[in-house]
Amino acid sequence: MDNQNTLINEVTDRDYRFGFVSDIATDSIPKGLSEEVVRIISAKKEEPEFMLEFRLKAYRKWLTMKMPDWAQLTIPEIDYQDIIYYAAPRQQPKYESLDEVDPELLSTFAKLGIPLEEQKMLAGVAVDAVMDSVSVKTTFKENLAELGIIFCSFSEAVKHHPDLVQKYLGMVVPPNDNFYAALNCAVFSDGSFVYIPKGVRCPMELSTYFRINAKNTGQFERTLIIADSDSYVSYLEGCTAPMRDENQLHAAVVEIIALDRAEVKYSTVQNWYPGNKEGVGGIYNFVTKRGLCKGEYSKIYWNQVETGSAITWKYPSCILAGDNSVAEFNSVALTNNYQQADTGTKMIHLGKNTKSTIVSKGISAGHSSNSYRGLVRVAAKAENARNYSQCDSLLLGDHCGAHTFPYIEVGNQNSVVEHEATTSKIGEDQIFYCNQRGISTQDAIGMIVNGYAREVINKLPMEFAVEAQKLLQISLEGSVG
Amino acid sequence: MLIIKDLHASVEGKEILRGINLTINAGEVHAIMGPNGSGKSTLANVLAGNTNYEVTKGEVTFNGKDLLEMSADVRAKEGLFLSFQYPVEIPGVSMINFLKTAVNESRKYHQLKELSAGDFLKVMREKKELVQIDSQLTNRSVNEGFSGGEKKKNEIFQMAMLEPKLAILDETDSGLDIDALRIVANGVNLLKKPENATIVVTHYQRLLDYIVPDHVHVLYKGQIVKSAGKELVLELEEKGYDWIKKELGE
Ligand SMILES: Nc1ncnc2c1ncn2[C@@H]1O[C@H](COP(=O)(O)OP(=O)(O)OP(=O)(O)O)[C@@H](O)[C@H]1O
Ligand SMILES: [Mg+2]
Repeated sequence: MDNQNTLINEVTDRDYRFGFVSDIATDSIPKGLSEEVVRIISAKKEEPEFMLEFRLKAYRKWLTMKMPDWAQLTIPEIDYQDIIYYAAPRQQPKYESLDEVDPELLSTFAKLGIPLEEQKMLAGVAVDAVMDSVSVKTTFKENLAELGIIFCSFSEAVKHHPDLVQKYLGMVVPPNDNFYAALNCAVFSDGSFVYIPKGVRCPMELSTYFRINAKNTGQFERTLIIADSDSYVSYLEGCTAPMRDENQLHAAVVEIIALDRAEVKYSTVQNWYPGNKEGVGGIYNFVTKRGLCKGEYSKIYWNQVETGSAITWKYPSCILAGDNSVAEFNSVALTNNYQQADTGTKMIHLGKNTKSTIVSKGISAGHSSNSYRGLVRVAAKAENARNYSQCDSLLLGDHCGAHTFPYIEVGNQNSVVEHEATTSKIGEDQIFYCNQRGISTQDAIGMIVNGYAREVINKLPMEFAVEAQKLLQISLEGSVG
Repeated sequence: MLIIKDLHASVEGKEILRGINLTINAGEVHAIMGPNGSGKSTLANVLAGNTNYEVTKGEVTFNGKDLLEMSADVRAKEGLFLSFQYPVEIPGVSMINFLKTAVNESRKYHQLKELSAGDFLKVMREKKELVQIDSQLTNRSVNEGFSGGEKKKNEIFQMAMLEPKLAILDETDSGLDIDALRIVANGVNLLKKPENATIVVTHYQRLLDYIVPDHVHVLYKGQIVKSAGKELVLELEEKGYDWIKKELGE
């Protein structure tokens, strides 16, 4: 305790020295990362002591860590001192009307069939207060509250449910997990929090879209989902609209905890700005997502369709700790132009009779590189564990690359792990067949790719599935012919 | 309707079609026969716009328009249909989605209103009856896991849905059992209209008993070496191709 006090004093001293204190009143802090910055973030958010401790521990750990270099990715050097780690949550609209927005972005919105008001919101145009569908959101929140469901921003959760946050935060992704997770733990600005009480079946899809304050959660987003015994929830993250962001580096952390017989379905559609056709710009998406099947017979499903980001480093994983728990990873990852993706999953079987399924569909076009990296580990005591993995790669053209890195570690005799992998090229004869029926090459490719990804798309909630299909098609525009 | 003049085409640098001349008028049925490898499927593919084949010389007009200028999908929308000798499978793409897209793309091209899901399904039901194709097939992915005969039947079903002006049937009879052959031929005949035309590529008389040709052509080494009426079919059936080769001085 003494030790800590001296440390705090030291730091506070330094705060004065560098004039940070006066900055607390303003809406952003200077570039760069230091222990002071971590303290300021925590202070600005008026966090309890345990949160500050959590952040500081993570920060100190992060200082000792290195960026992972084992992925099949070429990552330009990132200057972590050149990033602003705290910006005010409320931002001024960037534009006064849609006329000022990049026409290319607008044409994509149109193709996706996004309503005008929503287009404005996504592009950063001022939205009329009346149009902000506050009433919809309020009714939505009231319905959930009646069931005892907590669905709020992470900051609100820290304020109003500190006990839950303290109990579960970092349980699945501890601060020392990896470089990006440590960074996130130290500086995360906001995110989502979900708690489903015992025996409650959440009657609607929880979508970040409906969360109040969903905008501008920032580049270090934090999500924590807790499904108590016998509960169920389906959570939707992201949207199909191409999200632009000045922040190039995104390092989010998502933690899911499923207690006895609880079931969590987490669906993502990710379409962050991938950079231009020459590979300039675009988001670096370095995400740590992990679920813990803590209770017996618990279930966690990761379903995702990913088409965005310049560089993706992402492995939504599951720890199957409870006996008879079940986990699935269903993924479509599409890369075009100069995008790079190294994605996959880890299934860690600890409990008896645990079962995991992996279906990964990679689609590479242009000059992109798309790798699947998967680990299936069966602990010695995880008797009768089962895993089935299927990893398919589809190539469009001759300049892209697809790689598969499956790692399998089985620690006992009576578990079964199966792995299947295929690589195929989109058939010219298939495209010609469609052409011959009056379908243009562009539409034909979209159709064939969607057919290839069908198995995964079918796992998505209905409205997401329809959008995901359009998204795959649009993301491949100009990739052939 | 279709005028082919001195058409030459090659694949991978090898010349396959070596000067084809052929005129097809509305309302006519033309049969094209010829030994294996003579270039029948190549001709069909070239007409349909398969870019694997390079047209090196010649002209083709289709309803007054330059066919060779059009991309494959435009040719289809202009009313040219090819029933493939080897239809390909497209996993995960439902027949319904595939055909609905095809039909509506064509309607858009002709500035017609797109069919609603309900109207489309109604048309589909009618046409299914016409070619007596099982719903079990049309509810599946395009040709995926279909038997050889089922694929051929499916081609004719698609033709019924798309109502082309010119249909090229490339060995649609091969792989069909006796009943299916009759059903398919019957379907083709029912779809026949005075303003449409059909090219039937086949090796056997059987199909031509049902779909009676007005003209029969023999394709040999990339050229049409003989044209006559339907009586030529019987002669070929009886004597094979040797006598033609002899006539050519081979
Ligand atoms: N893609 C290709 N690559 C190489 N050669 C080809 C290709 N397509 C066709 N050929 C060759 O062109 C010639 C004509 O082939 P085509 O398929 O047109 O014959 P066909 O008359 O339809 O024969 P069949 O009666 O057996 O169907 C053959 O020698 C064939 O091997
Ligand atoms: Mg042939």
